[in-house]
Amino acid sequence: MVELYAMSIEVNTVMKLRTVGRHIREGGKNIYRNGWMTVASIGAVTTTLLLVGIFVALMLNLNQMANNVEEDVEIRVLVDLTAQEEDIQKIEAKIRDITEISSLQFSSKEKELESLMETMGEDGDQWELFEQDNPLNDVFVVKTEDPIDTFDVADEIATFDNVDEVTYGQQVVEKLLKFTKYARYIGIGLIAGLVFTAIFLISNTIKLTITARSKEIGIMKLVGATNSFIRWPFFIEGMLLGILGSLIPIGVTLGAYYYVYNNLREKINFSFVEIIPFDPLAWQLALILLAIGAFIGVWGSVMSVRKFLKV
Amino acid sequence: MIEMKDVSKTYPNGVSALNEVNLSIEQGEFVYVVGPSGAGKSTLVGMMYREEKATGGSISINGVYLNKMKERKIPHLRRDIGVVYQDFKLLPRLTVYENIAFALEVIEETPKNIRRRVMEVLDLVNLKHKARHIPDELSGGEQQRVSIARAIVNHPKTVIADEPTGNLDPETSWEIMRIFEEINARGTTVIMATHSKDIVNTMKKRVIAVENGRIVRDEHRGEYGYEA
Repeated sequence: MVELYAMSIEVNTVMKLRTVGRHIREGGKNIYRNGWMTVASIGAVTTTLLLVGIFVALMLNLNQMANNVEEDVEIRVLVDLTAQEEDIQKIEAKIRDITEISSLQFSSKEKELESLMETMGEDGDQWELFEQDNPLNDVFVVKTEDPIDTFDVADEIATFDNVDEVTYGQQVVEKLLKFTKYARYIGIGLIAGLVFTAIFLISNTIKLTITARSKEIGIMKLVGATNSFIRWPFFIEGMLLGILGSLIPIGVTLGAYYYVYNNLREKINFSFVEIIPFDPLAWQLALILLAIGAFIGVWGSVMSVRKFLKV
Repeated sequence: MIEMKDVSKTYPNGVSALNEVNLSIEQGEFVYVVGPSGAGKSTLVGMMYREEKATGGSISINGVYLNKMKERKIPHLRRDIGVVYQDFKLLPRLTVYENIAFALEVIEETPKNIRRRVMEVLDLVNLKHKARHIPDELSGGEQQRVSIARAIVNHPKTVIADEPTGNLDPETSWEIMRIFEEINARGTTVIMATHSKDIVNTMKKRVIAVENGRIVRDEHRGEYGYEA
């Protein structure tokens, strides 16, 4: 009978609900039972997440700027002034055949003149003289799927018949794109490094608290506790440590971002430098920090308890 | 029913602790394991709940063969055997009540049953009034009574005690022995490694003497047989 019972436990590995509750309670109790060790662990999480938070906010903004710049990259194909209607249609068809392009817009010389006059404002009126005899070219505006392809596509289009000139702000774009590409890699690398350091710091701190409890873990096993029964409260404890440790960084990052956003936005007046609005970004940032905090807490704690479970 | 056939234990460093031991213990027996220090008493009883793993022969408890048992099934074995240690092995940060309840929490017992059974065993060892204290606030004898309560709260068929009175003064030891006798009277097998000549010679039971890794004597209502 006793063996049957033991077997039925073995088969039914699904934890009972009250046991889940028990693990959560135990994990929570450990937070205050460990006193200063808890403070130390939370401190380690807080410090690293502060850095991560500031860094992620900067990175997201840099990324946003890079995206803006990249989206602005367009190839302007100036059609020969002498080109006939069917020549223009031929060019259009050939451009459409290029697989890398994402959009193609035709802008007639009349439209070009209109927009030119608009950008000139009041001074634009003097251009009205040209409405009868428009000196501008018809223009195709081409965008590529990946901004990196801009150069090749532009070179290709330049070889077409009846194409007068192809412009895309050559060197500037090339340098800018290279810069944004490397900036992204470096940013991702640095964030990964920070998270890794945090995991290391925290698992070390938690290891100290668990080493102090290694004797208890041994006793629990002798009384018949399975590894997972012992591990779950540590899992919960690690998660709580991580979440508690992320609260201050979230508050500080949000506060600082709110301040920077509201004070700096008006002072920066470049067209492509645009700070991401507080509203969606702040909450995403808070979620990211919370998730990273919980993850490193759980990871550090579960990794440290592992070696004491072999009794 | 515990059966050992040709059981040997050799440690990785080459020291042989047990040598082809044969032993059979019926359900409900009370057995002392005696012998000089280092003779293999602790190894012998430790094998019964798989703290020690035999390197040869076979051990079965109530039909379960321990040497074939998988690592992750060991916790389940330990739930069916109560173990009492010389150093009590109580969880220092839990109260007396929580220490005993832990053995029931691991088998996912209902809170209602946990409460009822913990209070029952606390009554048996006469410690109801200390339920909310932590182990450090208790005397050695009281701590050992808590550990006995934890060992029997599951109603195991077998209780194994490794020198349970080793750290206690004589008077407290007798108190502990009365509890073991009470447990045994309810049909539980009790196996106790001990150094106490007084206890063995006064409370007459089956005596198994171990020397140099072999059983040299096995008598019912036996004597301690060594100078104390």
